[in-house]
Amino acid sequence: MAIELKMPALSPTMEEGKLAKWLVKEGDTVQSGDILAEIETDKATMEFEAVDEGTVGKIVVAEGTDGVKVGTVIALIEGEGEASPAPAASKSEEKPAAEPKAEAKPAEAEAPKKAETGTAQLASEAKPAANPEVPRGTNMKIATVREALRDAMAEEMRRDDRVFVMGEEVAEYQGAYKVTQGLLEEFGPKRVIDTPITEYGFAGIGTGAAMGGLRPVVEFMTFNFAMQAIDHIINSAAKTNYMSGGQMRCPVVFRGPNGAAARVGAQHSQNYGPWYASVPGLVVIAPYDASDAKGLLKAAIRSEDPVVFLENELVYGRSFELPELDDHVLPIGKARTVREGKDVTIVSYSIGVGLALEAAEQLAGEGIDVEVIDLRTLRPLDTDAILTSLKKTNRLVVAEEGFPVCSIASEVIAVCMEKGFDDLDAPVLRVCNEDVPLPYAANLEKAALIDVPKIVAAVKQVTYR
Amino acid sequence: MAKPAKSGTVAAKSSAAKSGSTATRRRAAPAKKAEPAFAEAGDDNFALRSLQEAHGNEKRYKASDEELLEFYEQMLLIRRFEERAGQLYGLGLIGGFCHLYIGQEAVAVGLQSALDSTKDSVITGYRDHGHMLAYGIDPKVIMAELTGRHSGISRGKGGSMHMFSVDHRFYGGHGIVGAQVSLGAGLAFAHKYREDGGVALAYFGDGAANQGQVYESFNMASLWKLPIIFVIENNGYAMGTAVKRGSAETEFYRRGTAFRIPGMDVNGMDVLEVRQAAEIALDYVRQGNGPVLMELNTYRYRGHSMSDPAKYRTREEVQEVREKSDPIEGAKKELLARGISEDKLKDIDKRIRAAVSESADFAENSPEPDASELYTDVLVERY
Ligand SMILES: Cc1ncc(C[n+]2csc(CCOP(=O)(O)OP(=O)(O)O)c2C)c(N)n1
Ligand SMILES: [Mg+2]
Repeated sequence: MAIELKMPALSPTMEEGKLAKWLVKEGDTVQSGDILAEIETDKATMEFEAVDEGTVGKIVVAEGTDGVKVGTVIALIEGEGEASPAPAASKSEEKPAAEPKAEAKPAEAEAPKKAETGTAQLASEAKPAANPEVPRGTNMKIATVREALRDAMAEEMRRDDRVFVMGEEVAEYQGAYKVTQGLLEEFGPKRVIDTPITEYGFAGIGTGAAMGGLRPVVEFMTFNFAMQAIDHIINSAAKTNYMSGGQMRCPVVFRGPNGAAARVGAQHSQNYGPWYASVPGLVVIAPYDASDAKGLLKAAIRSEDPVVFLENELVYGRSFELPELDDHVLPIGKARTVREGKDVTIVSYSIGVGLALEAAEQLAGEGIDVEVIDLRTLRPLDTDAILTSLKKTNRLVVAEEGFPVCSIASEVIAVCMEKGFDDLDAPVLRVCNEDVPLPYAANLEKAALIDVPKIVAAVKQVTYR
Repeated sequence: MAKPAKSGTVAAKSSAAKSGSTATRRRAAPAKKAEPAFAEAGDDNFALRSLQEAHGNEKRYKASDEELLEFYEQMLLIRRFEERAGQLYGLGLIGGFCHLYIGQEAVAVGLQSALDSTKDSVITGYRDHGHMLAYGIDPKVIMAELTGRHSGISRGKGGSMHMFSVDHRFYGGHGIVGAQVSLGAGLAFAHKYREDGGVALAYFGDGAANQGQVYESFNMASLWKLPIIFVIENNGYAMGTAVKRGSAETEFYRRGTAFRIPGMDVNGMDVLEVRQAAEIALDYVRQGNGPVLMELNTYRYRGHSMSDPAKYRTREEVQEVREKSDPIEGAKKELLARGISEDKLKDIDKRIRAAVSESADFAENSPEPDASELYTDVLVERY
């Protein structure tokens, strides 16, 4: 009987892909492990391996086809009789549910056909308003955040030969998330350096190199792994200038993806913004769109201070307008009004900004005019921007993809209480993730993460709607 | 751009190259026979090499037909299970990171078969499905964890990288590279403290072997004579980094020398060699001599995780290992040579396919955890 080969999901976020090339043709016999086809995802070209033995019966989707949805039947494999019982999952789906045996299971619960990721609810189509920091009439191109970050590093490396990039898989592999794509080719292995998996060691080496007069950009594959290195970030990098009475500077940038990613579980999904933002002696930046990512990373590399630069994997592939300027550098420590409004303010940063903008659009339809502030820098915090907006709207909600307790939201609320109390017409509310480690199960992941409806509900609460 | 690692690592390293290095070592440490009792601490070089010598003298475990059949079956179960997991990932039923153990089966099967399941403990990283299956844990609850369902072994909260079975003294399932090494030393500390006679086995990769905490743990484990076997699964790559691009000393079994931990260099593609090495190491550790460091030379056939395009090595390199040193094919050949019938092996194959299909059905059809599970297990007690 024929086994249906379906378009596979080849990465945690893949929804569709291009069937770039067939490496077999109809009539070929294949064995487990043979490469059948090359499939392009948003990040890479992947090889699709045979698991079953048999003969390629029919190629259903021709090579070169774009936008093939995951799960589409792309070919049929004829099995070799009983030696190869068809194990295709399509078949097992038809079978009755397995006996639950000893495991208790809620009788009414349905088994989902495909596990969605909770991070899907962090997606956003809404775009920030034009940035007044960019001169009027500047030419704009469309670029992803990933490209913007890479361009920022490349431009700074061209400009200053003290700048170098180091981290796991940053050079030959082109970055685990492809942010450093092409840098090795342009700048060579002296300045684009693959490290072993030794975060504590290379964070120390980066910090020491900064003390020694260089401008290191230290990439963590994700900030979850920077916990191995946090001692150097905090005890070595952040405190040196103070302890030396201003003699010894440490102009290092620690950067990498931060926050929740799709279905990777508790140890790989955490927002460290509040952790680093609590440390005097550090600058902490967490941009949202491509323009801010580029302009602020360039500023971070030029800064004389140690900077923790928090990116977000789920935002890397989003496209935004990017100004075509020779030197697009933005000020550190300044929030940005990404949407003007008069009824209520939503303060957010990083991936939360997209959600805040979505919520604002939705609320506009219900007659609530929302202002959205993107903090961009978490330390030093732009309290003026928060208080100015609060003065105007008198109501404020903080939206943060991260734990609620001791969060940036907590800090913003404290600022409002201490310095904006007279402007408040309602209590300031925070909308964050649930106060639990991030679970793997798709339904729990969805429940754990912040989403637009939760922000909308909070805004209605503070506007008494 | 990535140059192939120690290309054809496994094949070359575990046969010819290896015996060469053993010979060199023999010259350095004059011929002294590794008697069952291990060398006195005073005899420096010999103490560190004695286990390797013992292994050199007796390379392969003398398995009965039944034992070899069982190893074969376990390895095949892992292989088929992982292939199915890869399929379910492709269908979107498994999400996030999913690291397959295909190619490395002989390591977990050979080592864990030598353990005393009533007292020894095991810990590993995120590439953990194989270790759980080698422990005889029900494939259904493992697969259901991969799909994030209520009946998964971590109730769907952990996923592929975070599975545990305290009943089996299997302590995970850890996502932070290198963490399991110190944790494993802690398990060994507990064995010693409680004087329960157990040995801890801590598995980690060639990439993990570069983390600083590994060496901190080596030192303490040796200083305090903790009952632990450090097992480096050298599969040639840490993600896209070939061993020689990330490690100054690529002979990992030597890395305990500075801490006076004897090393063993083992062909991880032959389940009987692995088992024999395990016997020697366990014997040494159980006698209270402190830790052993084993390097298991193996190879991963698939990408690092499901989203790795694996451009850092050639197809030929993978194909060569598959053809020349596949642990399952090797065991199969040996079984046939011993006169076990093809039919018998086919029966095993069928049985395993059925078990794997059953686990996949179970994993697809089990419900997700109840919404209330979001808040359970954060803390044990109420305050
Ligand atoms: C502290 C830390 N740094 C980085 C990572 C990302 N990462 C996961 S697996 C891996 C490669 C590990 O390679 P190796 O130790 O050889 O084990 P293998 O995957 O080959 O089994 C990396 C870099 C991580 N999980 N934890
Ligand atoms: Mg490895």
